[in-house]
Amino acid sequence: MSAGGEQAALERIDRARRRPRAFRDTHITTAHGAGGKATHELIERLLVPVLGGGEQLAALADAAVLGVGGTSVAMTTDSFVVRPLRFPGGSIGELAVNGTVNDLAMVGAAPLALTLSLVLEEGLETEALRQEIAAAAAAAKSAGIEIVAGDTKVVGRDAADGMYICTTGIGILDPRAALSPAGARPGDRLLVSGPIAEHGVAVMLARGEFELGAAVCSDTRSLWPAVAALLDACPGGLRSLRDPTRGGVASALNELAQASGTAIVVQEELVPLAPAVGGACELLGIDPMYVACEGRLLAIVAAEEAGVALAALRSVEGGDEAAEIGAVEPDPAGIVLVQTAFGSRRVLDMLVGDPLPRIC
Amino acid sequence: MRFAAEYRDGTIGRAIARRLADVVDPDRLYKLMEICGGHTHTIYKYGIGSLLPANVELVHGPGCPVCVIPMGRVADAIAIARQPGVILTCFGDLLRVPGSDGTLLDARAAGADVRIAYSPLDALRIARENPRAEVVFFAIGFETTAPSTALTLLRARAEATSNFSCFCNHVTIGPPLRALLDSPDVFLDGFVGPGHVATVVGSAPFEFIPAEHGKGVVIAGFEPIDVLQAVLMLLEQLRSGRCEVEIQYVRAVTAAGNQRALEVMDTVFALRPQFEWRGLGFIPDSALRLADEFAEFDAELRFGVPGVRIEDPKACQCGEVLRGSIKPWECKVFGTACTPERPIGTCMVAAEGACAAYFNYGRLAAGARAPEAVG
Repeated sequence: MSAGGEQAALERIDRARRRPRAFRDTHITTAHGAGGKATHELIERLLVPVLGGGEQLAALADAAVLGVGGTSVAMTTDSFVVRPLRFPGGSIGELAVNGTVNDLAMVGAAPLALTLSLVLEEGLETEALRQEIAAAAAAAKSAGIEIVAGDTKVVGRDAADGMYICTTGIGILDPRAALSPAGARPGDRLLVSGPIAEHGVAVMLARGEFELGAAVCSDTRSLWPAVAALLDACPGGLRSLRDPTRGGVASALNELAQASGTAIVVQEELVPLAPAVGGACELLGIDPMYVACEGRLLAIVAAEEAGVALAALRSVEGGDEAAEIGAVEPDPAGIVLVQTAFGSRRVLDMLVGDPLPRIC
Repeated sequence: MRFAAEYRDGTIGRAIARRLADVVDPDRLYKLMEICGGHTHTIYKYGIGSLLPANVELVHGPGCPVCVIPMGRVADAIAIARQPGVILTCFGDLLRVPGSDGTLLDARAAGADVRIAYSPLDALRIARENPRAEVVFFAIGFETTAPSTALTLLRARAEATSNFSCFCNHVTIGPPLRALLDSPDVFLDGFVGPGHVATVVGSAPFEFIPAEHGKGVVIAGFEPIDVLQAVLMLLEQLRSGRCEVEIQYVRAVTAAGNQRALEVMDTVFALRPQFEWRGLGFIPDSALRLADEFAEFDAELRFGVPGVRIEDPKACQCGEVLRGSIKPWECKVFGTACTPERPIGTCMVAAEGACAAYFNYGRLAAGARAPEAVG
């Protein structure tokens, strides 16, 4: 075996990975909605170029920040197609509000108001709709925001799966926030606000396809209290935030590593994971690092602020299991590595394919 | 996790690694093949290569069920899926395997009803819930998964589920190993044997390897400590001049195997005289079809299956990877034209495939290791 040959092959692969390519898929598949590589290709190679990619759009942040009469306003939009509509720990109405609030929170904006647009399937039970609207109202109240406008459409039977919800959210950028997906610097630390993979596993088990009886609840919650606590504790040291939804922790960290040109190294044994969630993932052959959360955040913070940032995360409700799980290194740029408990390191790539469709 | 964490303990791993260094003869090279794709996955996921002495090399064998499916069978499955009223069910990995005209995922995007089944029983449930559809299960795998397909067909017959059938692609582990050992470009010193297959077939079917070919076999479990211990046991065989079948995976494997599983397979399946393997060509007596008494559930008889044979793409070197004669990174298209997102060869599709495992887990470890591996 020639080590030189292998090295040359590895360099060839890295060149191929960096090469910009046109969008070549002839049809949309579920993989394009999974939040991994196919989703990124669709956005970066088709949607942004065809839209004429302005600076805001091309940044691919969770929300855009617009200057409106001297105020920085954050704006985001989201849609929710989860099946089933209700699952342990949450439902589509609650998810729609929390998911939108979290996109605003991830750029450092205090959520202000949102709109709710409903696509209802002919035959949906009124009581099911009433429950979801009540769930959305309760989530909005708990997040301290108002639902200010909406729209309703009804489509024929089989043209939607019960109901879909589309939202637009606006928030006011906290003046202390200087967050960017490209913010990570070598030496920074990586924090997570709680155990991972719970939402994805809860929804999957709720479909009853696996006949697994584990008691796992979705982690859906508003992340603004956690972000506000971080901004209070260490405004200067807070570099980047992401909520690891579709594509999971692995895909979110790859986005941050690529945007910042750094390596992110995760200590596998430090990542909080409930035994039932880990067990379900193990049985199904799915790496929990690729499974969605709906109420967790990943924070990149300066090393000297990591302690206060962790204390801040633990001080908010639902944050008792927040943990420091890794660090930023200079090389290999744009790559996420996992340091295994076994003592080796491996690459943690972005999600490929679609293990769990329609989870949010 | 309890009962798994013990087998993932890095301290024990490093202790075994030190023993390995004592056992090897520094003046020779060792080439050991792990037969099963599950082992390949473990080796890359836990970076086991970096714990082995520099002169011990692990070669990836033909035991990944998705990787050995020839393109023609995928094209046949797509042809079935495109027939009106058919729901084709299969394991998720199969969706992305390219046939001559796209993948099952592409067929689904173009309108075919293709669904992921998590087990053959799951496919049978889909048949029960969709009585007006024809539900076909695209069955693949070695003796590991064949018993559950067999049990499902027994249940389908007992329940008289007439809208269920099976497109059977089950294969057996012995014949490809014989073919591999008979081919001239393979130089191996021993085998890490497939633990899951052996829980069903037992260790006896591997006895021909020491008896006829003079190579040792250690049947191993799938945690990193299992694989390291199996390598140690193989190296100890070589040092002491022994050559036999040993079982490292004693918590699951016996010499005789699982009699009940073997019986149901015997009832439901019959040997095919020939079957094509991706990259390995046609191998006699290497695959299973439904036995005549189960012909009513045979999708190949129920549907007009084209049965085409499709040459592997010219650039694809899956065959050489599966025979262990080249490493994944030595393939001309590895990592450039052939990636996990757009695989050309099957070895890049399933997580157990040697190429996908190397792409996901191995490439960086290899890069870090390269300087000391020189010479």
